[in-house]
Amino acid sequence: MASRAQRMPKSLRIASSLFVLFWFILAAFPFAWTVWGSFKVELDFFSIADWTNAITGERTQAVYGSSFTDTGYAGAWIQEEFWRNVLNTGIVCFFVVTISLTIGTLGGYALSRSTYNYTFWLLITALIFRAMPPITLVAGYLLPFFEWNVWGILPTTIIVLVAINQPFTLWMLHSFFKNIPSELDESAKVDGCNQFQAFRRVIIPVMWPGVITTGLFSFLLAYNDFAVGAMLLSESNRTMVPAIAAFLGTTQTEGNVMFAVAAVVSATVPLFILVMFFQRQIVGGLTAGAVKG
Amino acid sequence: MRHKTFLWFFLPTGLAMLLFIALPIVSVVTQSIFAPHQAVLIEVENCTPLVGCTTETTIDQEATAQLRAEKPLGRFVGLGIYFDRGHLAVTEMKELWTTTDSIGAFLSEMGNLPFYRAMAFTLTFVAVVTPLTIVLGLIIALAINSLHRHLKGLMIFFSLLPMIVTPLIGSLILFWMVDSRGVIGSALVALAGDPDFSLKASTGLMWVALMVYGVWHAAPFAFVVFYAGLQTLPGDQLEAAQIDGATRWQQVKYVVVPHLMPLVTFVALIQLMDNFKVFEPIVGFNAAAHAQSLSSFIYNDLGGETRQLSSASATSVITIIGVAILLSPVLVRTWRDFKGAR
Repeated sequence: MASRAQRMPKSLRIASSLFVLFWFILAAFPFAWTVWGSFKVELDFFSIADWTNAITGERTQAVYGSSFTDTGYAGAWIQEEFWRNVLNTGIVCFFVVTISLTIGTLGGYALSRSTYNYTFWLLITALIFRAMPPITLVAGYLLPFFEWNVWGILPTTIIVLVAINQPFTLWMLHSFFKNIPSELDESAKVDGCNQFQAFRRVIIPVMWPGVITTGLFSFLLAYNDFAVGAMLLSESNRTMVPAIAAFLGTTQTEGNVMFAVAAVVSATVPLFILVMFFQRQIVGGLTAGAVKG
Repeated sequence: MRHKTFLWFFLPTGLAMLLFIALPIVSVVTQSIFAPHQAVLIEVENCTPLVGCTTETTIDQEATAQLRAEKPLGRFVGLGIYFDRGHLAVTEMKELWTTTDSIGAFLSEMGNLPFYRAMAFTLTFVAVVTPLTIVLGLIIALAINSLHRHLKGLMIFFSLLPMIVTPLIGSLILFWMVDSRGVIGSALVALAGDPDFSLKASTGLMWVALMVYGVWHAAPFAFVVFYAGLQTLPGDQLEAAQIDGATRWQQVKYVVVPHLMPLVTFVALIQLMDNFKVFEPIVGFNAAAHAQSLSSFIYNDLGGETRQLSSASATSVITIIGVAILLSPVLVRTWRDFKGAR
């Protein structure tokens, strides 16, 4: 873009900069606003009288003597025991990512190395599974899970989320393994390894970038899940997102929307950190399937 | 790879999908053709001297329990649930077809049937949000690509946020802002000059808000994909176009967009799948009164006091069929790619 002819005319440059600014506000402002507002009282966050109250925190000042208050966070984390939900989400995410990656790597590797027609049909089935809204399956889970008395506990949800994650994981890892030349494991086999040894000694050492990216998306799927958690977990075992939804139902009557706001901000922080550290991998993962096709 | 080795490698993931995706589908289909048992009624004749005899209908608890234990699935109703008023509403539709005199009237009457309302919203959402996402994503990509190097990384970071954030949380954050007491909501009230102007009261506005959320949430994905595509833009083609005197707009139209076309197909496909699933924003916006999607329709059946498994199952089956229809062009294309790749 260095050549003179490529340089934009001034008017276009201004328009383009304005548009970037507009998009920046659109993308970032809601988060900034909510984080700022989460330290206020409800009458400031939802200010009917004067919207600038939400910035200056006039009512908060009147009540607590300072324009910031942590009552929303205290209410959510201590009174409503949001930390339990955070812990549950942590457990669910950890196990979902670990199990998904373990079985997904094996499956994805097999799919990328086999040339028979059934690999195609397996991938297509996975694609259809991926396109199905998870909630369509929930009706099928409820009766058996009640019957076997496994409804409401974390392991059930973990296994279900692993299964729902598999189609996506398989597709992603399949395309990553396709990019690792098959000569690599072929030559290991020539040297006397069987397929599994070839996988372990030759493929595992070079697969980590792909596995880390896939792991990030598995994590996001588990972290962001609402439908499965809301339907399959009992009240005491809820993860964060269903808990926030439940907050809304109960707190709106008590006038404690600020608990939900504080919980929402708390649940967004890990995602912020994730994007900050793994921006490159996320971008790479999103484009991995696309740039080849 | 030999069949046997393949089997061992694929077994764990295959088993997980078989047990927790394929079998539940079978179970959903089964549940959708069975309805819960009705209570067994018995008539008891009470005769009192001098008054006479009265017959009373009561529920035979024992027989009902026995029937439920014998056939836990319920009674077989075939496609009955699919055709009832809560779903495809065949009788109502026939009646409407004969009683209404214009297509417009027919369609508006059809909008009163809950299932068709959910279907209409889901399809409108897919049809509106998908193209808007692609256009907005493309513009963002072009604009950010022309930024200074140091600003690019920062902008990509902020651009990712609406997509990475949990859908329910993202929709709540937007909803609190457009709430009539929130910052955007009160600005809208001031603009409209009507103190009663409220999102919650208007179906049309609610639909618009949900779709705005949909675009906001999905545009970053389109942006990232297009942005990656722009990095591989053929410089010599652009130069050649310039030498031939193409204007900037013509360059975009005849060089950039054709170069990105495969990516547009890819984004459209992913968006089609994801928008068809639209669910969380309806919960987050508390919009169930104005808009239902197929997913939230199922959710409502499953939640609440009585779990209406049969009804939810029937909707699920119809949704899965919808997904298959939506995907059929893709399947054909993938088959061709697969054949070509070998």
